[in-house]
Amino acid sequence: MRHTITVLVENEFGVLSRVAGLFSGRGFNIDSLSVAPTNDESISRMTIVTRGDEQILEQISKQLNKLIDVIKVIDFTGGEAIEREMALIKVTAEDVSRAEVLRIADIFRGKIIDVTPKSYTIEVTGAPAKIEAILELLRPLGLKELVRTGPVAIGRGAKGWKG
Amino acid sequence: MKMTGARILLECLKLEGVDTVFGYPGGTVINIYDELFSFKEIHHILPRHEQAGVHAADGYARATGRVGVAIATSGPGATNTVTGIATAYMDSIPLVVITGQVPTALIGNDAFQEVDIVGITRPCTKHNFLIKDVREIATIIKKAFYIARTGRPGPVLVDLPKDVQIATTEFHYPETIELRSYKPTVEGHPKQVEKAVSLLLTAKKPVIYVGGGVISGDAAGELRALAAKLNIPVTTTLMGLGSFPEDDPLSLGLLGMHGTYYANMAVTNCDLLVAVGARFDDRVTGKIATFAPHAKIIHVDVDPTSIRKNVRVDLPIVGEVKDVLSKMLKATEEQGDRADEFRKGVEPWLAEIAGWKEKHPITYKQTSATIKPQFVIQKLRELSDPDAIVATDVGQHQMWTAQFFTFTKPRTLLSSGGLGTMGFGLPAAMGAQAAFPGRQVIAICGDGGFQMNMQELATLVQNRLPVKICILNNNFLGMVRQWQELFFDKRYSQTCLELPIDFIKLAEAFGAKGFQATKPDEVEETIKKAFDTPGPVIMEFKIAREEKVLPMVPAGASLNEMVLNA
Repeated sequence: MRHTITVLVENEFGVLSRVAGLFSGRGFNIDSLSVAPTNDESISRMTIVTRGDEQILEQISKQLNKLIDVIKVIDFTGGEAIEREMALIKVTAEDVSRAEVLRIADIFRGKIIDVTPKSYTIEVTGAPAKIEAILELLRPLGLKELVRTGPVAIGRGAKGWKG
Repeated sequence: MKMTGARILLECLKLEGVDTVFGYPGGTVINIYDELFSFKEIHHILPRHEQAGVHAADGYARATGRVGVAIATSGPGATNTVTGIATAYMDSIPLVVITGQVPTALIGNDAFQEVDIVGITRPCTKHNFLIKDVREIATIIKKAFYIARTGRPGPVLVDLPKDVQIATTEFHYPETIELRSYKPTVEGHPKQVEKAVSLLLTAKKPVIYVGGGVISGDAAGELRALAAKLNIPVTTTLMGLGSFPEDDPLSLGLLGMHGTYYANMAVTNCDLLVAVGARFDDRVTGKIATFAPHAKIIHVDVDPTSIRKNVRVDLPIVGEVKDVLSKMLKATEEQGDRADEFRKGVEPWLAEIAGWKEKHPITYKQTSATIKPQFVIQKLRELSDPDAIVATDVGQHQMWTAQFFTFTKPRTLLSSGGLGTMGFGLPAAMGAQAAFPGRQVIAICGDGGFQMNMQELATLVQNRLPVKICILNNNFLGMVRQWQELFFDKRYSQTCLELPIDFIKLAEAFGAKGFQATKPDEVEETIKKAFDTPGPVIMEFKIAREEKVLPMVPAGASLNEMVLNA
């Protein structure tokens, strides 16, 4: 099963390597990982999408907590959380397909951020399923390049992660 | 007062109560050694290889319960520590390993003797640090010791660049340290303890299965009290040997691959298993699907990751084993009559176990022609001091020691359980002897493992460390040979060491003494001579070459599928 985990870590060098090394060393999967500092500059926040059964996820969570630099681990799966991901998509746009690309981008509330006579580059944000949906529509028109941030997640409600 | 980084490091070590360090000088630690030259509070021992230095610090830590400290220079010095660090990591031994590093300005430039030791040791340390500013040294050393010794203990590496050692600052050592991201659980949850005791008291066929956590958690007394109070038999892992007296009728000895018949039968047939400070290693469980198939499992461990990592657990308790066991004992005492009833209820189970003990005791066949290694181990026990410390290498001799030495006290067996590091025994014994100059310390080695760190004879002689080294010489890499005999049709690929080494002359070359026994009736005399001779001594026993360690559970088989005679 797919899980989205948030890991709050000390903003120090080597932390990313510790987390990535933990996943590779113990044979856990990483589907995506995004990381950046938080409003508290001393803390970085990672969002990791991983897969595994209940026992594996329990180990992932415990092993992450065991790392000295990890402050908190939150598994958002099944809880109230919002996930967003951004994709930049360079798509072939010539002759007849130019209008079609624009229409699709519009439907998904994407923005055209670069344009040439042969291509459009679209910026689109949303839940991972939305990104998958637009890609499916654009793929037959000719995807030239794709970059995705991987999802970031935040809990719903008034409370912050500190409670 | 301003001090150099190198001096600050030594002051920190002193304030942490470090009296002995094992280290090897080099270009990037020369400033530390220069400060050490006039720093009389810390005794420095110079091994002949950095790996041995870390094993010695490890042996010191295992024997004392304190944090062992080792120093190595950058590059090859640092990489040589890796096996020692990984050994300590697998067995949860508290170490602080300090490595020199090239000056900060050169890091990343492929400088002479530069290696990314923080990167290399990330997966085999509990934590590690690269210090980039002299003002950070005191806090980081404080953190290093705190992390090494608390929670589930483990090795911490501190990488200290040369320019940081030379720079100066005011020295101030923090008295306490708080880490918001590291708060190990100390106390077991009272509700869980209560539930555990209720569950325990419903059992008719209970077994306590004990690992090294009871030794590192200093809980042998609590364990013994609980077992005695409730009449529960106790089996230990290799790491747990010594936590429960093996001469106690409730002791089942070792379990697992080379465990006793009765320990493995008891675990397979029990209805309740209390795992304490143990991690269900594959050498212990055999085939997971058939491990303790009828048992409810209570698992007490300070490390939450150990719980449900390998086996299902019905009732986990996270906390220090000493705290949890004493709470369980107290809760049991409050049960009064139920505890007495329980004691009576387990009598048939104890009788069943006694039957297994009688049917297949741990044994061997002694002949008059060749020395049996098991006989040597029994004689060593008989002739050594009751508080003697035994260090082993890894292989057949290690298992014979575990099966036949009869350990009764914690911290008297030093052995590489998790990583299984050959060459560990001699330097670990060296570290223990440095910690306890007045106690008898015995290194039990095979001829293979001994050769992996035999250069340390020099360190023993130079530092007057009177370790008694027992070499069980079968001229084979015996454990691998045993596997080849049983599972590879006796194709002894590269396991015969062929060249007969004159270990007596070797001892003499280093300025030590050596004695040899080739016949069973020479064993006792040889051991006595070795124990009576001052200083380090090698006693070499030419043992039956193809003797096997039995019983044996083949890798991947169930615990009750033991090879008893082969």
